[in-house]
Amino acid sequence: MVRDLDDIIIRTCARIMVPFMQVYGLYVFVHGHSSPGGGFQGGCIMAASFILLATAFNIKEAKMRFTEKVNGIFCCLGVFIYAGTGAVAVIFSGNFLDYSRWTNILPTNPVMARYYGMALIELGVQITVMAVMVSIFLDLVTGGSHEEVMKTDD
Amino acid sequence: MTLIILTMTAALLVAGLFFFFAATVGFLRFPDLYTRMHATGKGDTLALLLMVAGLALFNLYDNFCWMGMVQSVKLLFIAVFWFIANPTATHAVLRAAFESGVTPWTKDGTVIIDKTEGEGA
Repeated sequence: MVRDLDDIIIRTCARIMVPFMQVYGLYVFVHGHSSPGGGFQGGCIMAASFILLATAFNIKEAKMRFTEKVNGIFCCLGVFIYAGTGAVAVIFSGNFLDYSRWTNILPTNPVMARYYGMALIELGVQITVMAVMVSIFLDLVTGGSHEEVMKTDD
Repeated sequence: MTLIILTMTAALLVAGLFFFFAATVGFLRFPDLYTRMHATGKGDTLALLLMVAGLALFNLYDNFCWMGMVQSVKLLFIAVFWFIANPTATHAVLRAAFESGVTPWTKDGTVIIDKTEGEGA
């Protein structure tokens, strides 16, 4: 099914593209306030860079760079950042995700506190979306066994 | 000056549209996968470069400031990565088709490439 073609053109181009795709994912995340984009889209682009790596090389190679343990940690870390950002506002007697309460610990006015709070939850969204997309991809492509399915027809 | 820039923009956009049109005609009219990818892989790549160059030029004229230049450079980045990605994607699709045994089209239906012969070479 999945065969190791060892194609130097695809591998070289994937190696060139992957860092730029990841930088572009961060760009989409950072510019999410003022232009189309945001955490979800940036996370999808970063996950696409990993999926490109896994399809151009193989899954074993890709898992060496981004192991499933790290992937699981990132899944939880994004949710933790999102919920933690909201919970800090609750600690300072605001509503959940009421970022203006961040002025208690940030030396800014409430408008800029809302700006930074939105950036923080977008960061959480980005990390979780990236990790979950990669996780779904690994589940689908390996049929749930999380092992490389190779050379079944040879 | 304005006339020159607008004429160049229009020329680039029309040239890009021509190549997009040619690629689409090739995609619809050619007989099999290889010839179709041959048309779209080359036509779309050049056409997008021409379109993006025209848009970047127009953006420089329309919005001549520091941010406008940055936007034009961003547009050119799209063209650069498209130039890397689209031929590679075409190559990957064609390579996968060849590996899975799609035979090239010939006019009289004869098989010009024997798949079992080239295997493992």
